[in-house]
Amino acid sequence: MSKTLFEKIWDAHIVTEVPDGPTQLYIDRMYCHEVTSPQAFAGLRSRGLQVFRPQQITCMPDHNIPTLHQEQPIADPISKNQVDTLDKNAREFGVNYYPMGHPKNGVIHIVGPENGLSLPGMTMVCGDSHTSTHGAMGAVAFGIGTSEVEMVLATQCVFQSRPKTMRISVNGKLGKCVGAKDIALYIISKIGTGGATGYFVEYAGDAVKSLTMEGRLTLCNLSIESGARGGMIAPDETTFEYIKGREFAPKGEEWEKKLAYWRTLKTDDGAKFDKELIFNAEDIEPMVTYGTNPGMGMGINDNIPTLESIDEASRISFQKSLEYMGFTAGEKIVGKPIDYVFIGSCTNGRIEDFREFAEFVKGKRKAENVVAWVVPGSWAVDKQIREEGLDKILADAGFEIRQPGCSACLAMNDDKVPAGKYAVSTSNRNFEGRQGPGARTILASPLIAAAAAVTGRLTDPRAV
Amino acid sequence: MEKFITLTSTVVPLPIENVDTDQIIPARFLKATSKEGFGDNLFRDWRYDKNNEPISTFVLNNPTYASTSLSDRSILVGGKNFGSGSSREHAAWAIAGYGFKVVVSSFFADIFKNNAMNNGVLPVVVSEAFLAEIFAEINKNPNITLTVDLEKQTLTNNATGKSENFAINSYKKECFLQGFDDIDYLLSKKDKIEEYEKTHG
Repeated sequence: MSKTLFEKIWDAHIVTEVPDGPTQLYIDRMYCHEVTSPQAFAGLRSRGLQVFRPQQITCMPDHNIPTLHQEQPIADPISKNQVDTLDKNAREFGVNYYPMGHPKNGVIHIVGPENGLSLPGMTMVCGDSHTSTHGAMGAVAFGIGTSEVEMVLATQCVFQSRPKTMRISVNGKLGKCVGAKDIALYIISKIGTGGATGYFVEYAGDAVKSLTMEGRLTLCNLSIESGARGGMIAPDETTFEYIKGREFAPKGEEWEKKLAYWRTLKTDDGAKFDKELIFNAEDIEPMVTYGTNPGMGMGINDNIPTLESIDEASRISFQKSLEYMGFTAGEKIVGKPIDYVFIGSCTNGRIEDFREFAEFVKGKRKAENVVAWVVPGSWAVDKQIREEGLDKILADAGFEIRQPGCSACLAMNDDKVPAGKYAVSTSNRNFEGRQGPGARTILASPLIAAAAAVTGRLTDPRAV
Repeated sequence: MEKFITLTSTVVPLPIENVDTDQIIPARFLKATSKEGFGDNLFRDWRYDKNNEPISTFVLNNPTYASTSLSDRSILVGGKNFGSGSSREHAAWAIAGYGFKVVVSSFFADIFKNNAMNNGVLPVVVSEAFLAEIFAEINKNPNITLTVDLEKQTLTNNATGKSENFAINSYKKECFLQGFDDIDYLLSKKDKIEEYEKTHG
């Protein structure tokens, strides 16, 4: 029988199925960070249980950690306690662990793929909705809650209802200054933040195939912003090339064996999806958001929708959103002054993102009025930035590189955007207060972030 | 987990769409290492201003919707796409901690729905028309009650007497009716897990 890529991987991981109930799904790898794991470890302790398969669990703190002076103790005692709790739990239960400052520490969704921990055909979970990132390797990866983290710690399984399948194809050639982030924001702007709820998405089409591995990670990362359980891309030569030689990737004979299996991981001809969506790459402009959820996006030169164009039932929420942002229905936002720029996060904190950003700002100067946070996704990315000399380019343009972590994406550390200020952010959520109470977030690509950083305004990178 | 069979309660209306988990519980309150106390910060930035003063226009600060007993105001009625965004179970802990036992909406985000159920909070999905009618009835009379009958899988708007069926898989339904949680079930399947590992190694 013809199967989709999702079905092949999911079916290969079924342990049992409860009649008219969920699937008991075997999990190959779980990642844990400090925010969503303490209660799970505590639960394990109170049940008197050990971690069932400690070698399949990898932990690291990323959400709370400061992006300056990581060599010193964390100043915020509550953040410090949470990071210390992970430290204690990881050591006590004997799981893989990369503490703050460790050369392999960083944002968990950056670290997994870059070390060859996230591989095609795997099932992966983490108490974090952006676990969808790892699906770019050709895997089933999804975010779970803390109770489910406890289940995986105790049994290496989760209970999940089988999601429906959706294929989103983006065909054609991407325009100038249009990349993975723009594809994702475009799709979400078309289908909304609940558009893929209940579905597991496979991205396909030549525009998707043309993306680099890192671009694919960005695209799959944002799957959850359309409500999808996860997103995935069939592994191909781009994937295998990326994985080969990474520290935890299979080697030698094992590599050949795995590679032969990975090559079977694609949707069969004739396999049926519950839903199919098709978009044209040529229609996608460099994208920005204007509202308070990632679905409120548009091409950078577009006008915010008018109130009349919004569904009557949704108008109150729409107006509330624009009021928060300080924008007016129907207006353009290109050219508006901005205050902060953030490049980093599990969405855009990889080396290619910093290459793009650095190339754009090369020979230019950061605008005086802009505070810029340049935050590598991991120490490995930081190292590469320096090896490639991007640090010099950035320094010459007036940018300072900070230390890795989730940082201003959700502002659990000190990297908070003040109330009322506008931030052009390469992260994933523009929810009210996401980057600090009252902060106004405009989501965009590294290129738009770079253009905003040097002009001090929301600027089309093609026009600079 | 507590057993859940049936519940009749007055409600708290929140007719906003796309209520995301960053609104339910902002990230800066996620630093605790236990599950307790999150109810105090439920909808924190809608509920309190920057000086920590209650914002009088927010529904939880409206004395009309304050609960007077444990079985009162224990149903939250939200706009569509409730619980989108982050996977933080803290959102479910905040809702449960505040005292809600049921959340009614026309659409829930997946992870939130799982998290709610894993904490004994029942997400009830109704049609958009039924939801709109509940909001309209609350506007007329804030003291209307809803009845959730899990056995029959019905939600009744007692102001109109109209009922609607809601879906829940029979496994989860049994968990609620009996007060079981998933981990007990999974632990009982250890032999199956080891067998799986042997055949899929």
